[in-house]
Amino acid sequence: MPVWLTDEEFAVLTAACDRMVPPSSFSPSASEAGAPDYIDGLLGAFSSDPPRIWAGGPTSGRFGGAPAFASFHPLSALDELAWRMRIEGSLGQPEREFNGPVVGLQQRYREGLAALGDDFIVVEAAERDARLRSQPDFVDLLYGHVCEGMYGAPEYGGNRDLSAWRAIGFDGDVQPRGWTDEEVSNP
Amino acid sequence: MTVDAVIVGSGPGGATAADVLTAAGWTVTVVEKGRNHLLDPDNLSQPAFDYSNDEIKFHERYFLGPDPLVEPRTFRTEEADGDRVHVGEFNSVPTTVGGGGVHADGKVPRFRPDDFRVLSQFGPQPGAEVADWPLDYDELEPYYAEVERAIGVAGTDGSNPFAAPRSGPFPMPSGAPMFGATRSVVAADKLGYHPYPAPTAVNSVPYDSRPACNNCGFCAFFGCPIHAKGDPIAMLQRTMATGRAELLSETFVSRVHFEGRRATGVDVVGPDGAGRFVGARHVIIAAGAIETPRLLLLSELDHPLIGRYLMTHFQTITAGSMPYRTYGERGRSVTHVHDDMIVGDDASRAAAAEAGLPWLRGGLVEHSGGGLPIMEAKHMPWGEHHAEIMASSPIRRGLWAFIMQGEDLAYPTNRVDLDPQVKDARGFPVARITYKPGKHELVASAHYSPRLMAILDEMGAQWTAGATSPGIGNATLPEAIPESRHNMGTVRMGTDPATSVVDPSGRLHQADNVVIADSSVFVTSAGYGPTLTLAALAARAAHLLL
Repeated sequence: MPVWLTDEEFAVLTAACDRMVPPSSFSPSASEAGAPDYIDGLLGAFSSDPPRIWAGGPTSGRFGGAPAFASFHPLSALDELAWRMRIEGSLGQPEREFNGPVVGLQQRYREGLAALGDDFIVVEAAERDARLRSQPDFVDLLYGHVCEGMYGAPEYGGNRDLSAWRAIGFDGDVQPRGWTDEEVSNP
Repeated sequence: MTVDAVIVGSGPGGATAADVLTAAGWTVTVVEKGRNHLLDPDNLSQPAFDYSNDEIKFHERYFLGPDPLVEPRTFRTEEADGDRVHVGEFNSVPTTVGGGGVHADGKVPRFRPDDFRVLSQFGPQPGAEVADWPLDYDELEPYYAEVERAIGVAGTDGSNPFAAPRSGPFPMPSGAPMFGATRSVVAADKLGYHPYPAPTAVNSVPYDSRPACNNCGFCAFFGCPIHAKGDPIAMLQRTMATGRAELLSETFVSRVHFEGRRATGVDVVGPDGAGRFVGARHVIIAAGAIETPRLLLLSELDHPLIGRYLMTHFQTITAGSMPYRTYGERGRSVTHVHDDMIVGDDASRAAAAEAGLPWLRGGLVEHSGGGLPIMEAKHMPWGEHHAEIMASSPIRRGLWAFIMQGEDLAYPTNRVDLDPQVKDARGFPVARITYKPGKHELVASAHYSPRLMAILDEMGAQWTAGATSPGIGNATLPEAIPESRHNMGTVRMGTDPATSVVDPSGRLHQADNVVIADSSVFVTSAGYGPTLTLAALAARAAHLLL
């Protein structure tokens, strides 16, 4: 179940993400890696407490240490204002409009996905690409988030089972193990 | 209550001043507008452990601030652009306890004697206000040595033939060389350059109760998860341990109050939005070369040079794709540098003459690995070939790069002032930056870029590419905005109140008890990162108060 998007929107998002990174022998597709979940998680970040904005530190547990990434940082009042502006938009609230209205990610995704069409998930790949290319601003937004959802830490909802890191040969967060001097200088 | 000093900003400048003053028995209040993720909130003399190897948190989500939605800056290249062409991020040196020291990868070279006397050594440049500093290297040397010990600097004595004279050895030996650097050093050496282990404020051995670096690779733009980077946590831990310091984080200084020539204290806005006055015998401003002039202007100081002569570093970036893994993700981001392109040679003198310039100076060249995966992916196309390209990893696994931090000259048109409309979330006018590079920067970059590519070719590069930041030619946004986080020069130091804002001790000419303790006071930008020099100046300014 998506956190913030509707099931129908999530299906369109999934299909759009898989045009960004389609299935291949080289890596999982965007949806196999969880990129749509990453995006939905960001749009619905405030449905958790603390909001799922910043994973904790200093370690994930993957190379030792405690699984601290899983505990997200509490936001300050100013952080919360910034992230609510970014995600929800200013919504006509004066305290969010000190420099004018802000369109939030939720609205951009809702409108961008709607513009892809209800039949996006059934049309041919070439048609999907054409519809995506007709919305360059939305595609820039979407592709950036697909990259984050593929290649960021899995605690944010993507990079499922480290599948995208494995595909590109990236070890990820290596604290507290780090690398020995020999591994640095004479790998 | 009136403290001995209120210090605005907790980065390398403010932290150094706080350390010196509290060690001498002063009471200080350090005011930082960002959050505290550096020190344990239950015991501020101990570290916190909020930092992590997390590209989303540090590169994509403003964990270290400033968030451009609530603390924007505005930008234009020149007045002819109108009020602004950009609202949002400009040069995000962290807004957080520890300031720029938190995200820096810890390269802390000293300037060289020439850098303090560019006018008398080399002469003027058309359009620029080239000047000598009102102090020389020898006067600053003891403070360089002091701050190197304070933060813990690793280096190799005698490895740089162009190095300024030192009164003592580096506090620590250099750490492990990155694999790619072992190749680039050989190639650079073969072409006649003189690479050496970068002086680095990262522990190579346990130092000052902090551990040795374990080479995790998440160094530049990340806070250190284990606090092997000493700048500026070492100074802040000592400061807080004296019991004579108070740290007000998430607190914005909106105004310095004056009675005649004396400041009486500052207005602050706390995390709850409530304002109050903090009285102090001295006011030390170390908010960085953008926020410091902003505060002086918010305080309605009227010196016409406040905010003028903004310098960054003109970055010349060259990258090559090697037929072997470079392992840039392991180690300290940069372990080797060379000074040759600051020092110059017959070819650079000929290039200057051909361009009609009296001289040119490049900058420190950093030998650097490639990017992280999200950054790499965002530079690659989407679609059928994405996964194959990412698996081949053109700008990460096989990349090696040189970044030249080119000396920026001081132009009066490059400046910081208050934006006439745009405000931060607290309601205060934000800093507006007007900046574009001059002819000197462009000529120097064009001269050195192919020479850097030649080193990459010597390393075996399959292809090389070059870029500059800011972009050149008809640069449009966002390329017109400099990537360099090295801001300098907006509150110039000098002996003459008509041509400078602060005196040689860092004190405002206009006031008796206000000291600027950051890179705002720089007269020239040199071709070296500003951190150690600004910390040395802050240490000197603090000692001169005692």
